[in-house]
Amino acid sequence: MSWLFEPFQYEFMQRALVACALIGFTNGFLGSFVVLRRLALMADALSHSLLPGLAVSAIFIGLNPGGLLVGGLLAALFVALGGHLMARSSRLKDETAIAALYIIAFAAGIALIKYAKVRVSLDHFLFGNILAVGDADLWISYLVGAVVLLSLVILHRPLLLALFEVSVARSQGVRVDALLGWLIVLIVLTMVSSLQAVGVLLSLGLMILPAATVYLLTDSYSSLAVRSGALGMAGAVAGLLVSYWTNIPSGPAIIMVLGLVFLLAYLFSPKYGIIAARWRKRHLHEESLERWPDSSVEKR
Amino acid sequence: MIPRIHIEDLTISYNRIPAVHHLNVTLEGPSSVALLGPNGAGKTTLLKALAGLLPSETGRIEFQGCGTARTQAVAYVPQRESVDWDFPITVRALAAMGRYPALGLWKKFGPADHALVEEALHVTELEAFADRQIKALSGGQQQRAFLARAWTQQASVYLLDEPFTGLDANASASFASALRHLRDMGKLVIASHHDLNSVPSIFNRVLLINGELVASGETATTFTPENVERTFSTKIFSGHEHRAHHHHHEEEQA
Repeated sequence: MSWLFEPFQYEFMQRALVACALIGFTNGFLGSFVVLRRLALMADALSHSLLPGLAVSAIFIGLNPGGLLVGGLLAALFVALGGHLMARSSRLKDETAIAALYIIAFAAGIALIKYAKVRVSLDHFLFGNILAVGDADLWISYLVGAVVLLSLVILHRPLLLALFEVSVARSQGVRVDALLGWLIVLIVLTMVSSLQAVGVLLSLGLMILPAATVYLLTDSYSSLAVRSGALGMAGAVAGLLVSYWTNIPSGPAIIMVLGLVFLLAYLFSPKYGIIAARWRKRHLHEESLERWPDSSVEKR
Repeated sequence: MIPRIHIEDLTISYNRIPAVHHLNVTLEGPSSVALLGPNGAGKTTLLKALAGLLPSETGRIEFQGCGTARTQAVAYVPQRESVDWDFPITVRALAAMGRYPALGLWKKFGPADHALVEEALHVTELEAFADRQIKALSGGQQQRAFLARAWTQQASVYLLDEPFTGLDANASASFASALRHLRDMGKLVIASHHDLNSVPSIFNRVLLINGELVASGETATTFTPENVERTFSTKIFSGHEHRAHHHHHEEEQA
């Protein structure tokens, strides 16, 4: 049994577990709003556009967590805003413009990284390394977690009005554009704070998978956020332990644990799982045959 | 208090092309108004302008006797296609959402708010479906769920965009009775509508537009074959059948 508790003895693991719990909860909680707004692909674009910002920050000030945060934030906002402006000033649609910009930014990021003052491996940014979490990283996670969770709790009413139906929200005086803009900022902040754990490429999973799972299990938007947060926290911690025991890198381990839970929900959710849906369809059909015995016969 | 909308010289344009021009009309509760006109006549545009969603190019819209700010006094119910029916929300939670503008960020959802939600479910006859997710409702129940939300908002003006689209006869009948109930409670209901046959049995007033005002008034006196002809006999609408309106316009009046 000693192998079970072994990881909790080391300080670097304790630190990594705290970071995972914090980042997992923040991501899951925020992810519920992303899923409700159908922003998953937008979030994917944002995660890729972090890279040039990280690279430029690494070039000028090295691997300073605060610098990486600011660099990533600026690059992602540049792509989001730039894509929006590009769509408005041409016949391109939003998603095309943003996709074009983010993939250019991603390529530029890869090209720029080799000019960094300190030796940075591209893998570190792309896939993260939770065991290298330092005090400064932890503080950034606390700070980002506090900003994101407080914002979402305080703004949850207007946010839900805006997420559910934009025009009704507008007619009720909700400043929809400002709110959604702030939501984008929160997404980027959360992603940058998750970089150490899962990296640019996998940060989307930490944000989307818990909420996508709970979305298949509940009819109550008010419990969606809290449950997604709890699932994100549990999944990230479990993933890290799996990574310790099996020697799989932490990022993929966390995402695969969350992914497994998601697939289970997709199959077995009592109300919205595909197995339940299939069973229910046949059931209803049989019931209708009993109630209207000749409904299957066309009467013409 | 009697809710009244006073529209003066209203022009709404998209990219400088006017969809509604120089409209002058006053609408007054308690009544339910059918907003009628051919495709492209500006029905949705006018409803959106009344909901505060479109800027006016000329003129103004004045709300009187509503008691609160426009954002709370006016409830806008968009066309069904613009709603995400998979959203994880029950009928009761949807009705509760109507309280959000009044509660703002900080006020607690209290007993009075809960009471309003129950009242709304009662008025719209949705008590039995209160805990259903909104996709698990019939079309008519879905429309009534949005009325419930407007009710808890304590709106005095209801703006409905094609609420009868896709409803079968039974659902239409119960939705019509819900609208009649709102009128009896002193509300001003304005709904765009396309089925001319059913106008007299549902609405006590009509507003006929065709880019500009054609006629407005009591259904009994204004919903005449001549006015309908004038509204619909345009090039953009040449393919449509006009036989419908000759029959029912003298029927019941509430």
